[in-house]
Parts: sequence; C-alpha cells; structure tokens
Amino acid sequence: MDKQIILPIGPQHPLLKEPVHFRFSIEGEKIVEADIRLGYNHRGIEKAAESETYIQDLYMIERICGICSMTHATNFAHAVEEIAKVEVPPRARYIRVIVAELERLHSHLLWLGVAGHEIGFDTFFMVAWRDREVVMDLLEGITGNRVNYGINKPGGVRKDISDAQRKELQKGMDILEERIRYYQKVALEEPTFIARVAGIGKLDKEIAISHGAVGPTARGSGITYDVRRDLPYSAYGEIPFNVITSDRGDVLGRTIVRIGEMLESINIIRYAVEHLPEGPLAARIPRRIPAGEATTRYEAPRGECIHYVRANGTEVPDRVKVRAPTMANLVSIRSTLLNQEVADIPIIVAAIDPCLSCTDRTLVLLSNKQSSEITTWAELRKKSLAKTKRLL
Amino acid sequence: MILIKIFFFPGLLFLMTYALYLQWFDRKVYARMQNRVGPPLFQPVADFLKLLSKQTIVPSSVQEQGMFWILPLISFAAVATSFLFIPVTASGPFYSFPGDLIIVAYLLTLPTLVLALAGWISTTSYSIIGGIRCLSQLFSYEVPFFIALLVPAIAVNSWNIATIATHLPHLVATHPLYMIPLALAFFSGLIALQGKLERKPFDIPDAETELVAGPFTEYSGRLFALFRITLDMEMVVGISLLSAIFLGGANPLMGIPGFVMFLIKTLFVAFLLAAIKSATARIRIDQLISFGWKILAPVSIVALLLQITMINL
Repeated sequence: MDKQIILPIGPQHPLLKEPVHFRFSIEGEKIVEADIRLGYNHRGIEKAAESETYIQDLYMIERICGICSMTHATNFAHAVEEIAKVEVPPRARYIRVIVAELERLHSHLLWLGVAGHEIGFDTFFMVAWRDREVVMDLLEGITGNRVNYGINKPGGVRKDISDAQRKELQKGMDILEERIRYYQKVALEEPTFIARVAGIGKLDKEIAISHGAVGPTARGSGITYDVRRDLPYSAYGEIPFNVITSDRGDVLGRTIVRIGEMLESINIIRYAVEHLPEGPLAARIPRRIPAGEATTRYEAPRGECIHYVRANGTEVPDRVKVRAPTMANLVSIRSTLLNQEVADIPIIVAAIDPCLSCTDRTLVLLSNKQSSEITTWAELRKKSLAKTKRLL
Repeated sequence: MILIKIFFFPGLLFLMTYALYLQWFDRKVYARMQNRVGPPLFQPVADFLKLLSKQTIVPSSVQEQGMFWILPLISFAAVATSFLFIPVTASGPFYSFPGDLIIVAYLLTLPTLVLALAGWISTTSYSIIGGIRCLSQLFSYEVPFFIALLVPAIAVNSWNIATIATHLPHLVATHPLYMIPLALAFFSGLIALQGKLERKPFDIPDAETELVAGPFTEYSGRLFALFRITLDMEMVVGISLLSAIFLGGANPLMGIPGFVMFLIKTLFVAFLLAAIKSATARIRIDQLISFGWKILAPVSIVALLLQITMINL
C-alpha cells in the first residue's frame, strides 16, 4: 500500500487539551511524516508585561501556565532579584522549594493520569487524579489557592508555613509515598501498560542533545541534566537529592523518570520541612529596578524554563522573554513520531507533557507555493463585517 | 400473541430496556471500580432520548446517502432478530430450530461489518481508519469466539441453544471433568466477546484519543442513537448467549424464578466484562491480532480438542 492518507489532529481533537495542529501522513497504520503547527493560543503576555509594574507582572506571568505557575513566578522573581542585587532570606528560599516540589508532584501525577487516559487506561487516570487531590489540598492549605498560588513576591514569599502545616505536609508525604510506590509497581509490572509504552517513541541520546530536549524527556534518554543540581537556585544547593535518569529513551523511560522524580520530590519536601530555617520571609526590594538584565533558569516539572528580563531603571521592565520547556521539547517530537503506529500518537505526544498555551508563538506565514493567499488583519475585518451584514 | 412476543416480551422492548439497564450497570460498576460515583439509573434512557431529539447531519462528502441512513437500521435489525433465538426463560426462546447457534453467531457478526462499511462510506480519515480497524479486529476475535461456542455444542451434541442450556448442567453434574474444556472455552469466549463489543482493552476502532469516534465520527442524532443502542443490544445478546450455553441460562428454575436466574447470570457475565474493562489499557491493533491468534485461538482449539477427546472416552 503506497497510498498516503493525511490524518489531521487538532486544533480541536479529544487527544489535545490545548489547541495545536498536527498533520500526519500515514501509510496504513504507519506514520511517514509529521508536522506541527503552533499559534492558536498566543496571548501576548510578553508584550503586556512591558506595560505593567514588576509587582503586577509577577501575577500576570504566574498565569502563563495553570500547572507550572510557581515555575514562572519564581523564575521571574529570581530575574528581578538578580537585577536589583537583593539577597532572598533563607526561610523564603526553603518555602519556595517546598511549593515548587509540591507543584512538581501535582504536575507529574497529572501527567501520569493523562498518560493512562491516552492509552485508554482510564482507571489509572481516575486513581492518579484522585491522589493528586492530596497535593492540591496541601497547596491550598499552604498558599490559599489550588492553582496560581500567589505566594511569591520579588524578594521573597508572602506567606509563612506554620508548625501545624509542617505536620500536615509530613502526613501528606507519607500518604503520597505509599501511593506513588504503588504506581511505580503498576507502571513497571502491568502488562497492558508496558505493552503500550515500552519501545515506543524512541528518542536517541544524540538526537535529544542535538535537538535540545530538556527535563524528563531528556533524562528519559539518559542525559543527566537537571538545573536544580547543575545551576542550583533557591535552596536546592543545600538539599541533597538524586537526579533520576533512564537509558531506555522510550515512553516507559520517561514514565520511570517522572515516577522516580516524584519520590525524590517527596524526600526534598521532607528535608526542607525538617530543616526550615528561621528568619524573615522577604527582603525589601526597590520599586524602581536599576537598569540591567538577567537570564534565569529553573527546572520546571516539564524541563528547563528560561526567563529573560531587561530593566531600564523605571517601574516597568523593558523586555520580558519566556522560553517554556515545551518549546524545547517540541523540536525533537517529530523524530520520536516517525515510523510509529497511529495508535501510539497520543502517548508519544503526551510523553513530553506538552503545555502548549505556555509555549505558543505567533505564526508568521512566509509566502510559499502551498499558501497562495495571505490575509491581512484589515481584510479579515472586512470579511467579518460583510458576513455579519449578510446574516442580519 | 406472536406480535406481543416479538415486540414486547421476550422481543424488542425487553431487549431495548435490558440493553439500557445493562449499559447503566456496566457504567456504574466501571465507575465504582474507578472510585467515581457513576451515572443515575435513568441516564442511558436520557442519553438515548436526547440523541433522538438531536438534528441528524449527513456530511455532504458522503456519496451513498441512502446507505448512510440504512446501515444503522440493518445492524439494529440483525441484533434484534438474533435475540429471538436466545432463551430468556426455561420455556425456551421465541423461535428455535436445530441449528440456531449458527444463525445467532452469524447475526452477531453483521454489526461489525456494518460498522466497517459505515466508517468507509463516511469518507473522512478518522472513520476510514476506524472502519479498517473494525475489519482487522474481526479476524482476530471471530475465530476463537466461534470455536469457543462449539465446545458446549459438541459436549451436548446439539447445535440448538435451548437444548444446550437445558442439557449442559446435567451433563457437567455427571461428568465433572467436562468443566476443564468448558471453563477454557468460557474464558476465551468472554475475551472474544469483549473484542466483539469493542470494549477496553479492544476499543481499538473507536479509540477516542486517536480516532475521535472511529466509524461513528460522522454519525449524529437519530442514526447515532440507533448505533449506540445496537451496540448495547449486541452486548445483551452476546452475554445472554454465553450465559445460556455455558452457564445454563434460566435453568434449572422454571417460570419467573427462571427469568430471575437469567438476569442474575447475565449480570454476572456483565460484571466480569466490566472488570476486564476497568483493569486494562487499550492495546494496539497489531498486539490484538497477535494476541488473538497466538493465545486466544489456541486456547479455544485446545478446549475443543479436549472436549472431543473426553466425549469419545
């Protein structure tokens, strides 16, 4: 059979939680070409950040992502602190670590459930999300919110963790450790699960390096790279933990890495809660940030997240640039999809844990043979008005 | 009287009601196993009525408009007909003749063929791939299913469902060793039925995260409602068939207690199917075919050979 069918997936499809467009050429059940188009959910946050003050920006940037909101907020705060040359008090750094690791736990549990759903293992999905509630409740108890925690501010954190909350945290970690060990067992022993993830979506170490894969995707291919260890921020330099890697390079490898990271997160939280230093919660930070620029890196649940901030001595930043981890991982996704079966598309796409709205870029279409028509904004508006008139 | 039997009990109305109830039972058990609450009792009825009231859209890309309308009716009719041969009470089915096991097996194959055809004439990529998968799947479960059905038929030496249902319990009571091939055949029939009904782990043709709704993708409104209820009815017929030929159906009780017996046995089989559904992930089509031919078919054949050997001892 040499006849190719084009299988479009997205921008609206049950596989996708966020709008993105995949275009697969398939022969029978085999994928021979894959193409990805972004640009359905560009929100212009970087531009908007240039018109608000640093404090206001922090809350807007926290809303780049609903899952890794702590990532973006902390990363931006780090950049501002670096430009203003402010030292964050140790207690604030530990609290940031605790919330960040809770966020990693909830993100990886969410991913585990979604992965189960993508391969049609809905029981796993439901159970993983039930246990995710434990983390969500802990986050709500500490910060007051289930998502977009609002606990950061430039120079430190807003809320303290009380002794009662520390006990709650320890108790929650005990429950989670037991459950996550059980998932580890399911992921490594359940035959229908393994049949669907082992050997699927192979990403070689060389390709992972040359295509700039980050986070669990890279670590699942045997790259020992973790910003928390290699360029420690917050309190990670003082907390012992292991970087989990797997040499498998397939979806099962990424699953093993994520489950292992959850167990590490639990240990980090336990250590941080036990060794929580006394002291103030935040350092004072000037309203006008002196001119300068900073690039900060942060290990988000999905991989390395980069923020760039340039200050010009006023209350508003001159430029803010965000590189979400999914942007880095999307580059290598094509090579993992080629020569796989149609049935493996969902799990391979899900395996990088795509967070597309955080990543989204505007799409500038360069004229080529395929696209004979470029519609400008004015034409689009004219068409829309004409259609409205016709309908009335 | 005949019309009442055909349209009300044990015919169409009972079949549809029980299909909707079994759908609820399946969803409820599935939900409880997943730590969810599950739907209320009348949810399947509400779903069905809602679909009936929705607009039916036939895509303009469909060349065979008439076929598109007629296909759901064909599968509905095939499944409804097959139920007439299934014994619901101990007094036997509405109609039976010496070879009715074959006709039920044949009629139960029709919905799959219809689905593949429906996917094919919908002319969109999701439905075409879904249709092709329907057919590939057919080849992996149909043979083990038929062979599994043959095992009790050979034990009783009859191809009549009602006769098998009446005689098999006595036969097993006198020859307890018959349990071994029968259990093997029941196991393989159960798994094959799961594949026939396109339920997890074999919901490959309409894998939601890949193919949206597979062959059904372009169906909406009344036509989709018909397809949905056909699948539920197919489940009732398949489960009743298994419980009749392996578990004795309504026997040994007569009258209304016998009917209750039938309900208990079918609910038991439905529970087993729901348990399989909630404990597994969807497998790939190539994995299904190798599973069907390397495990399921050999198990059925071994059961059949064992049974033949035991009969001749």
